[in-house]
Amino acid sequence: MSIGKTTATTGFDLRDFIVKYGFILVTVILFFWFASTEPTFRMQNTFFSMLKFTSVVAITGLGVTLTMVVGGLDLSVGATAGLSVTLSAMTMVIYAQTGPVALIVVLLGGALVGLFNALLIVVLKIPDLLATLATMFTIMGLKLVPVDGQSVSSGLILRDGSVAPGRFTEGFLLIDRAYIGPVPLPVAIFFSLAFVVWIFLTRTRWGRVMYAIGSNPEAARLAGVKVQRYRALAYVLSGVFASIGGLILSSRIGQGDISAGNSLLLDAVAVSLVGTSVLGMARPNAWGTTLGAVLIGIVITGLTIKGFPYYAQDVVKGLVLLTALIFSFTLSRRKSRFVPAV
Amino acid sequence: MVSAVEVRNISMAFGTNQVLTGVDLIIDKGQTTALLGANGAGKSTLIKILSGVYSSFTGKILIDGKAVTIDSPTTAKAAGIETVHQRIDEGVIPGLTVAENLLFERIVSGEISRTVSLKTIVNEAEKIASALDLKWGKSKLRNDVYELGIAEQQMLILARALSRSPKLLILDEPTSALSNAESQNLFKFIKNLESQGIAILYVSHKLSEIEQLAKKLVVIRDGKIRNEQSSPFSWDLALKEMLGQQELGQRNNFDYIQGNEVALKLEGVKLFQESSAFDLEIHRKQVTGIIGLLGAGKTELAKVIYGADNLISGNMKFDGKNYKPTHPSDAVSSDIYLVPEDRAADSMIPNWSIAHTATLPFMGEFSVKGMIKKVSESIRGKQLVDDLKVVTTSHEAIVDSLSGGNQQKVVVGRWLQSKPKMMILDEPFRGVDIGARRDISKRVRDLAATDVAVLVLASDVDEILDVADRIIVLVEGKIVMDVNAGETSKEKIVNKMSEVA
Repeated sequence: MSIGKTTATTGFDLRDFIVKYGFILVTVILFFWFASTEPTFRMQNTFFSMLKFTSVVAITGLGVTLTMVVGGLDLSVGATAGLSVTLSAMTMVIYAQTGPVALIVVLLGGALVGLFNALLIVVLKIPDLLATLATMFTIMGLKLVPVDGQSVSSGLILRDGSVAPGRFTEGFLLIDRAYIGPVPLPVAIFFSLAFVVWIFLTRTRWGRVMYAIGSNPEAARLAGVKVQRYRALAYVLSGVFASIGGLILSSRIGQGDISAGNSLLLDAVAVSLVGTSVLGMARPNAWGTTLGAVLIGIVITGLTIKGFPYYAQDVVKGLVLLTALIFSFTLSRRKSRFVPAV
Repeated sequence: MVSAVEVRNISMAFGTNQVLTGVDLIIDKGQTTALLGANGAGKSTLIKILSGVYSSFTGKILIDGKAVTIDSPTTAKAAGIETVHQRIDEGVIPGLTVAENLLFERIVSGEISRTVSLKTIVNEAEKIASALDLKWGKSKLRNDVYELGIAEQQMLILARALSRSPKLLILDEPTSALSNAESQNLFKFIKNLESQGIAILYVSHKLSEIEQLAKKLVVIRDGKIRNEQSSPFSWDLALKEMLGQQELGQRNNFDYIQGNEVALKLEGVKLFQESSAFDLEIHRKQVTGIIGLLGAGKTELAKVIYGADNLISGNMKFDGKNYKPTHPSDAVSSDIYLVPEDRAADSMIPNWSIAHTATLPFMGEFSVKGMIKKVSESIRGKQLVDDLKVVTTSHEAIVDSLSGGNQQKVVVGRWLQSKPKMMILDEPFRGVDIGARRDISKRVRDLAATDVAVLVLASDVDEILDVADRIIVLVEGKIVMDVNAGETSKEKIVNKMSEVA
């Protein structure tokens, strides 16, 4: 029989405080430290460019968060984003289509990858991590086939010797460059999606049920929940989110760079995991993922301005993730059950 | 008879919970002694003491008349006690060959060098297999262990235990995954072991198996030996001792209600692949109690009706219409609800509040265009708490933090709040204090009075007598008794439960 272990509630519990507010506190302290020591960091420009830089990781991370909520983990998001870059370049450069067509092709591509993952996991019963790992390698290779392993940019010489007829359209390039008031469009997309996911997870029946599945799938099934459908839905959404990240990335690079998205997976998973520790929730959540992405953005921008070498970035990301995991798994009194078993 | 193993005055407690009190047990050479007891009676504690898993007990263990110290699985094995646990899949090591599995302990202990060739291992394994009359050739021994069927895996585990020529072999529910024919094979094998002088301690809930195998029967309840018999056994007496003899006068007094019309009709339903098919009608306006020992098929029946398991054969009709649930959601939308047996594993979501747990099965009802209606949800949570007298600080309390009885009230109550047409409760009183048990019983009876078909499944006779209007006894997947509760007695029920197939 488990009686809730509420330690004497009188007075201040440092451990609970750290678990709940530690991350937000660290973010705020770092922000003010960078702001007070580095004048460039204080500029509004820097602030928005930092958020813009973070938006691709954050949006992709939101998708990963959805899969983590149902007790899975999508490892194919980086590859999906990379696929989106190639797909958009092919649509516009090789097939000379318009920006909106490229946009639709990319989103459909992301949804298809998600469906494929769902097929592997739900129908073929392959464990989540392994299935999405297989998908990752498959699409990383597959996307190279139609472009003969080359990056696609305007003026590309095609197999038959002709020059590719199209180019990245102005409209498409605007995805990354446009502003809404002072806010860059990618940042606006990032915050809108974060808000939508937050509402979805905390206020809708679907989000509620997805959390139930992640915590105890059998109890969810016996409550009448069609568990497999929701798991499939999470992977499809994750694919779509990764393709939105890929769209922004493609618009930013302005060409179908074949290596784009390669580093995205680890960052996206990391921000989702960091997010689990925010406010001591010990579960994946949209607000946490957002804050996790912003925190990593602040740290990396700050350190770059302070002149740390680029390779320090990964060390820092690793340490941030490690600290977050200690918050979630070691310090939190809640049982964390969101990491899938292989 | 010469005793192989003697247990003298063994007691053990987990904290303040006394699980074994002064247990004496003599297990004779060359025959099978059966150990019978309900869940939590102390059977597995006793087995674990004998196999060296627990060492903090008091009392003595004698082997061949000499006291031995058993404080670890290694010392137990060295003293000649081998145990075959219930879970077959926990006994085999996947990825290794059959031969390596057979000799696994000797490979681990270094008795067989780790660098030795598979050929040598196979040769050695073949000797063991043939000594045990297992007709396993070299090619079979070279196979991966997962290519063996479940019965052969069972034999493998047995063979491994026997390869060390034990004095006592403990078998814990060895047939739970076997078919009848496979079980009969196993019994032949056991008889053969007896003739070699090995003592066998056999734990099972299947009375027919004990009848067939054992010369001696020991019944344990609440950590004490209650009854010892030599074959032929009086099953009546054994079951009474196993289930406890409460005074019959303590029975709840209530007016039995006669079911008026058929709610659910089962036709030609089989609970197990090898059990016989039966028909059954469950009536509205009545509590039907189904009683049976572990493995009698109660949970299987509940899950089939609820659509959580597939029907092996037969069909069902609900309210006169064909009813073919393929998923629990089909049952829920027909207003047929199930409270599963294991509340932590099958009902509760960790860290969820009472209100959230209550509305999970009815999210459609508690949302508009997908958005959760927080106010209705909160009202439902409060209603549940008030209605079932859940002892808690509020409807937002985390269910895990409640006592067992109150957790049960929540997982039962969430269905009661939503007007069921049929309600199935699988072991609703397990791990529930007497107060909560009364509250739940009363609510369930009130529910039946409002024209609902209620089905309660349990292995405790008193629990069923306290709640049911009609009593059905299930033995190994077969209905052996179906009467009005007012026309029967605990004696008669126990008598039927002890009917040996």
